[in-house]
Parts: sequence; structure tokens; C-alpha cells
Amino acid sequence: MSFLGKLSLDAIPYHEPIIMVTLAVVAIAGLFIAALITKYKKWSVLWNDWLTSVDHKRLGIMYIILAMVMLIRGFSDAIMMRTQQALATNGAAGYLPPEHYDQIFTAHGVIMIIFMAMPFMIGLMNLVVPLQIGARDVAFPFLNNLSFWLTASGAVLINISLGLGEFAKTGWVAYPPLSELAYSPGVGVDYYIWALQISGIGTTLTGVNFIATVLKMRAPGMKLMQMPIFTWTCTWANILIVASFPILTAVLGLLTLDRYMDFHFFTNEGGGNAMMYINLFWAWGHPEVYILVLPAFGIFSEVISTFTSKRLFGYTSMVWASGVISVLGFIVWLHHFFTMGSSANVNAFFGVMTMVIAVPTGVKLFNWLFTIYRGRLRITVPVLWTLGFMVTFTIGGMTGVLLALPGADYVLHNSLFLIAHFHNTIIGGAVFGYLAGFAFWFPKATGFHLNERLGKASFWCWQIGFYVAFMPLYVLGFMGMTRRINHIDNPAWNIWIYLAAVGAAIILVGIILQFVQLYVSIRDRDQNRDTTGDPWNGHTLEWSTASPPQFYNFATLPQVADIDAFTDAKEKGTAYQRPKHYQAIHMPKNTPSGILMALGITAVGFAAIWHILWLAIVGLVGAFIVFLFRAYNNDVDYYVQPDEVARIEDAHLNHVVRG
Amino acid sequence: MLIRKLSKAASAALVLMLAGCDGGVLDPKGQIGIDEKHLIVVATLLMLIVVIPVIFMTLYFAWKYRDSRDQEIYAPKWAHSTAIETVVWIVPIVIVIILGVITWRSTHDLDPYKPLVHEAKPITVEVVSMDWKWLFIYPEQGVASVNELAFPANVPVNFKITSDTAMNSFFIPQLGSQIYSMAGMTTKLHLIANEPGTFDGISANYSGAGFAGMKFKAIATQTPADFDAWIAKLKQQKHRLDSVSYAALAKPSEYNPVEYFGSVSKGMFDQIVMQYMHMDSHQDMKGHEGMDMHAGMEHTGTEHDMAHMAGEHAMENTQNMADMDSSTHSAPSLTKDSSTEPLSLEHSSTQKVEAE
Repeated sequence: MSFLGKLSLDAIPYHEPIIMVTLAVVAIAGLFIAALITKYKKWSVLWNDWLTSVDHKRLGIMYIILAMVMLIRGFSDAIMMRTQQALATNGAAGYLPPEHYDQIFTAHGVIMIIFMAMPFMIGLMNLVVPLQIGARDVAFPFLNNLSFWLTASGAVLINISLGLGEFAKTGWVAYPPLSELAYSPGVGVDYYIWALQISGIGTTLTGVNFIATVLKMRAPGMKLMQMPIFTWTCTWANILIVASFPILTAVLGLLTLDRYMDFHFFTNEGGGNAMMYINLFWAWGHPEVYILVLPAFGIFSEVISTFTSKRLFGYTSMVWASGVISVLGFIVWLHHFFTMGSSANVNAFFGVMTMVIAVPTGVKLFNWLFTIYRGRLRITVPVLWTLGFMVTFTIGGMTGVLLALPGADYVLHNSLFLIAHFHNTIIGGAVFGYLAGFAFWFPKATGFHLNERLGKASFWCWQIGFYVAFMPLYVLGFMGMTRRINHIDNPAWNIWIYLAAVGAAIILVGIILQFVQLYVSIRDRDQNRDTTGDPWNGHTLEWSTASPPQFYNFATLPQVADIDAFTDAKEKGTAYQRPKHYQAIHMPKNTPSGILMALGITAVGFAAIWHILWLAIVGLVGAFIVFLFRAYNNDVDYYVQPDEVARIEDAHLNHVVRG
Repeated sequence: MLIRKLSKAASAALVLMLAGCDGGVLDPKGQIGIDEKHLIVVATLLMLIVVIPVIFMTLYFAWKYRDSRDQEIYAPKWAHSTAIETVVWIVPIVIVIILGVITWRSTHDLDPYKPLVHEAKPITVEVVSMDWKWLFIYPEQGVASVNELAFPANVPVNFKITSDTAMNSFFIPQLGSQIYSMAGMTTKLHLIANEPGTFDGISANYSGAGFAGMKFKAIATQTPADFDAWIAKLKQQKHRLDSVSYAALAKPSEYNPVEYFGSVSKGMFDQIVMQYMHMDSHQDMKGHEGMDMHAGMEHTGTEHDMAHMAGEHAMENTQNMADMDSSTHSAPSLTKDSSTEPLSLEHSSTQKVEAE
């Protein structure tokens, strides 16, 4: 084994023009951004105020930036798949050879689930949950920073795989024995393992952190059953994270032992059994989809009750429906492989359990409907996303129940019908929710509004593009087309494949409009300031802060006596009251420990992928030393003095009065 | 806009249903597939009872209670109604109970492992997914084919399925259910074609670079005589499927042409299943003393003629285990390319791992 392990210059895919051009574009963009930061002398701001920040709001924004960057990558993969399938018809080979195409669909799945949807969800949760419960930060601010950087570390590794070596060619589930050394001898699966493993640990820590936060740091008077609904759905999601991510960690660990140390957990040889991996994978994988979608349900609830200027209908039902979904989410995993040969009793049990989930989900839909009932619905961008969701997700739910019927799944399993179904629920459910949340809380996070017209245009492109892209996939599933094939030789399928490609292009326009919206809104920010902190006449405590919120969130912790705590305060006239005296506020100091530890862990992951022993040791020891320094450092906090609090608060209250 | 979009999608789907979706799962040619299509239609209609009102109410409420229509009743604090909550819990529960009963019954009726009840005597086909092709062994006829499957229409076919490589899924969309193929295990599937025809067969589980080309034709012949003619055509082939030719076949290939084997060494399928089984896992051996001896013997078995070995075992086994199906007797295993170690035999009951 050489100094660089398996790594050599051959690992760079010079012969792949698509990759080389992509790398060149990324390099130019990176240099451009670096030049801008240098020109405006922002390096120290970037480091001191952002990268080392332990402020949940800034971490939330960084998560969302990460999600958007990864959305570009994941969506590029989607466009490549759709164009490849559209071109590779009637005997043509298309432009992507199997070894490249197979990496693309694997990367698309991993990136969209783990590095787009998860960071987006966790970003919104970071941004909003502490504010909604009237807390000044999360329970463990440094841990929160470390979680972010571990997630980013996984994202960095998966992006390195583009230019150095390869990514897994196994599908995002990486089923063995295909993902074992015998069938995947390259570094692709190792990139997969370490990217998921490192970011997964970050996610687990996030779950722990937020459970502690909602249990211990609610504002005085706020009972559990008075937590805002978004906080509740996030809490259920965090419970699911803490219960399910360790399963992923374990199963990836077993696969690691197989690949690195000649174990035989899942191999064909030596008594291994791949069925064990598949069960464990989905014991994590199924709760994972509820981790993604429950917070989105919370966002829709907040959006609907805010923009109808009405209380949420059936709050208690909503909380328990989410809880029922969370619990049931753990006993349905087998529906991902009804075709494995389980007995009829087993398949029927898991089928029925899956359908039972439709009950609490249906209840939620009805509750949103009755929230709109006798309300005054303002058709804003977040509301459009919510209405689009309610229609789209209902269809996705129906096809999901259909797939939960083992007898139907026997012919629809792994077909494009399945692909259409889960995009129907993940895009139409989770992503629409995040985009609703993005538009809803953007003024809170930044202090200015998003451009409404561009937001609506983007919504319509997404909504129409979604139907054009995915309805044909339902049809193709019925026609017997299976997933992950790199060319088509059934002429009857062509028209639907072309249509799906057109749909993907319409969604692309939607995504571009979203970035244009972001650019235009930042450019015109001075005309669109939110000076009051409460642009939508909100119900919950985040709207009682300034926009963007003061770094300490609340000068005095609010007293809570109602689910809609801020509406309650506004009605009682206790909102915006200035106390006579402010107390000093205890705050955590920013720290570079998180990013430095994650740097070391990234080195460990990279070293493990390429079998570079010395680098693994350096990374591990480095991360541990940083950890020790952090653990023995007592200078981690400070107090904001009352006069400074008074100055900041008076400035904000002046704005409110003028607003 | 939404409505227009939706109705467009719905009408597209409707047109498709009417067109019969040529060649897909909505155009079934076998009883299992027909039952499954029926199940899909019934379940969909049942769910539309909730889905259509929800979609309609979403759009109607959004329009009726929009902000600019301030003549509507506005009840900002109205957030609970026991009557409504009861209804919204009970309606989905009732529908799910109905669906649950349908699920329970249909899952048992359509259990891929359940032999079909039919007056015709079923034929058995042993299926092996390989990199990247399908091998079909006809144990009763003693022939084998690659990427072409034939059986008479209106005769049940019992498939025994395994994999020589990564997991695949054996699927003939127009006949119905699919089932995974997994190395070292045998899964089962029972299908029937109600009418003659040539149907597309695929792997429905991604298995690597050559996956997209892993296709075969499933020919349901008009009469049993036509099937016999097909078998006779295969028998004329001199090409024999034994451990040597199998090792050559097992090498990865893409878009493998159709191949025929005029004869097959006995117990071939079991050898393929057993090649991954290890010596150590002999839990089921107690009570079958005869087996241990064979197990020890197999250590020296690599150079032996496989067919000869298999025959020997068949004879010995009949004395100790007359109740055993002779086709599932122990047999020496094949050697994988990557390994030259002699592989062991295994009791037949351990090979039928039925995933539970």
C-alpha cells in the first residue's frame, strides 16, 4: 500500500467530459465567490459570525444554504437521468454509459434525501423551533454547530467523489450483495458509507439536542400541549431520528466490516444474508420518510392557521395524529420488500399497518380543510404551496395505499409507479412544505420579504412541472417499466418518457425562478424590509421578535398561556411591552471547535475511503485533541449587559411603533 | 389551473386504461395478473371516495373562504368540533378497515408461494439470475435455456428461483407477481398464462452494469404439444449444462443471446443454490446421520464428475430419506471463479430460506 493508499492520479475521471466541465464550473464559481469575499473583506465575518457560530438561527440559514447547493447537484442528476432515458430509446445508447448513469441515480437519491431534504428540514427546525418555544438557543449550542459541520462533512465527501474516484453504482439503498466488495470493488460504496455515516451521526446529535431543547427550555407557562404545532411535529421527527438513525449507523457499520475486514454479514459467501441488511436499512429508511414529512405537515399547519387568521382546527388531533404516524412508521418497513418471499401473514400484516397510517394522515388533511373553513385565506406564496400540497399529496397518499396492498405491489414494486409515488409524497409533501416554510419564515430570518410575483411563478412551474414529470411515470409503471434502466427499447414508452423530460424542464424553470427570486429579493431588500417582526400577523412567539431576531431571541422570556401565544399576547395587549429593567442575558460564545472537529472527521472518512492509514490517524487524533481542548475550555459563555439589551430592544420597539 | 392540470392527468390515465396499456400490468394475460389488476381497480375506486372530496374541498374552501370575499362567516376562534372530529377519524377508519379486509384476503389468495389450483399438472422451471441474464432449467425435461422461457398456456408453472449473483427480481409483467432472486436461497413463484403469447420478462431489481439488458421472452405456447416441440428443439442441442459450461456461462455478459442446453447435469439448480452455503451451517443435520458422511466426503469432491456424484447421492439418499424429493438431494457445489476451494453440500431443508 502506497503513501496515498488506493489514491492516484488515475482516480480523476479525465475521460468524462461532463464531470470535467462540471468541476471546471464549480472551480470557477468557487474562485469567484472567494474573490468577492476577499474584495469586500468578509473573510473574518464569514469565519467569526457564521462558520464558528453557535447561534441556531445562523446554523439554520447555513443548513438551508447547504440544502440549496445540494439541490442544484441533485437536480442536475435528475435532469441527466431524464435526458438519458429520453435519448436512449429505440436502440440508441444515449450519452451516459452504464457506469456513469448508475452513479447518477445513486447520487440523486442519496443527495436529495440526505443532503437536500434533511438539511432543509433541519435548517427550518433550527431557525424556528427555539423561537417558537420562547428559548434563547437550543439546549446544546456547540453540539448544534458540530451537527451542522458533520452534515456538511458528509456533503463534502459526496462531492469529492465527483472528481476523485467514483460514487456508488448500487442505487441509493446500496443493497448487498451488490454493494459488497465482490460486486462493487471500487471506492464508490465507500464514499456512500462514509458520507452517510458521518452526516447520520450529525443528524442523531441534532435529534438529541432538539428533544432536550423542547423538554427543558420552553418558555415559562408553556405546557407540552401548548407547543406550536410545527414544534410538535419536529419533536416527533426528532424522536424518530433518535430511534431510527442508530439503526442506519449500525447497518452501515456492518457493511463497513464486510468491506474492510472481510466479515460476512451480508455477503453471498460465508453464511452472509443480505435480507438482514434490507430489513435494517428500511427499519431506518421508513421512519426517515416520516422524519422528512412530519415537519412539513407542521409547516402547513402554521401556514394555514396564520393566513386564514384563525386558530388551527383540531390541535390535539393534529398532535396525536403525528404521534400515531411516528409510532406506526416503525412497524411498516417490510412494505419496501413484499416481493422478498415473506409469508402471506407477514405481508398482510405490514400491508394493513401501512394503510392504518392513512387514517391519521387523512385526519390531518381534514383538519387543514376545517382550518380554512370560515377563515379568511390570504393567497400568499406559502398558501399556494400548501394548497398545492393538499391536492398533490392526496394523490400520492392514494398511490401509497395502493402500493401497501401486497397483491398490487407484486406487479408495481420497483416500477416507475413506485418512483412516481414517492416523488409524489416527497416533493408534493416534504419539499412543498419546506418551500412553504422558506417563504413563510424568510422575512423572519433575514428581515426582508421575498419577491411575491417570482415566488408565485416558481410555485406554478413546480406544480405544473411536477404533474407533467411524474404522472407519465405512473403510466409507465403500469406499462411494466422498471426503475434504474439506462435505456428504453419499448417504443410505446417513448412518448411518456419525453413528457417526463419536459416536466423536469418545467421544474428546472421553477428552481431557476427560485434563485432569481432570491437574487431580486436581496437586491431590492431595502424596499421590502420587515420592520415590525410580524409581517403575517402570526400566532406564535417567533413573530414577537425582531426580523431578523435579536441574537439572544428574547430580551425577557415570554409568559405563555395559550397555543397561539403571540396572538394571545396581542389580544391581551401584553405584546411589545417594554419592561422597566432588563436582566443580563447569558449567551454561548462562538467556537471553531465544531468546524475543526468535522475537518478531522472528514479526513478520517476520506482516508478510510482511500485506505490511507496515516491520514485516518491524523484526522482522528486531530479531532480528538480539538474535542479535549473544547471540553477543558471554561471560557465558553458571556453575558449581554442590560444596557446593551435595552439599546437593542428600544431600537426594535421604535421600529414597531413606526411600522 | 390546478383543476385543469388534474383533469388532464386523469383523462390521460383514463385513455390509457381504455387503450389497455398494451403489454403492461393493466393488460394481464394470466390469472394472477388479472386478479391483481382487479385488486388495483377496486382499491383505487374505494380510495377515491375520500380522495375526490378532499381535493374538491381543498379547492372549494380555498376559493370560498379567500380573503377578498368578506361576506363569508369568519370564525377566528372556532377550532374544535367533536362532531367533525369524529367524522374525520371514522370515515378513514372505515375505509381502511374495508381495505384491510381486502388486503388480508387478497394477500393470502395471491401469495406467490401458493400453488395454483388447476386441473392441469403443473410444470416446474428453475430460474437463476446471473450477471446479466436469466437461466431457466427444466428439471423434469432435463434441458435448460438462457433468456428464453417457454411453457404451455393454461398450465400452472411452478418457479423455483435463485441468484448466482446480486439480488434480482423475476418479473413477467403481463402474467402477474414478481419475486426476488437471492443467492444461496430459493424463492418460489406460481404463475399461469390464460392465453398463448410471447411476453416480456425482466429483472425488476437493479443488479449492476448490465441490468437494463437483463431481459427474456416468456413464450406461452398454444398447446402442450407445442411446448413439447420446444423441448425437443432444445434436446437436439449438443451443448450440455454442467459445472464446466456453467462456470463459463456465469461470467458476466451483457445482452446475452438466447442459448439452449440439450441436457443438464442432475441437481444443477441445487448446486447453484448451495455454492454459497458454508460447511459450518449444519444445524438441521441431526436425525439425518447419513448426511454427515457425505459432508466430509465432499472436501475432496472438486475433481469429481458432478453428474456422477449427484447420481451416487441420489442412490444413497433414497435409503435414508425416502421421503425426500429426489430433486432436492444434497449435491456437490459449484466453484465460483474467484475461489478454488472445494465447496460443501448442505441438507436440502436449509436451502429453502423463506424470508420471514
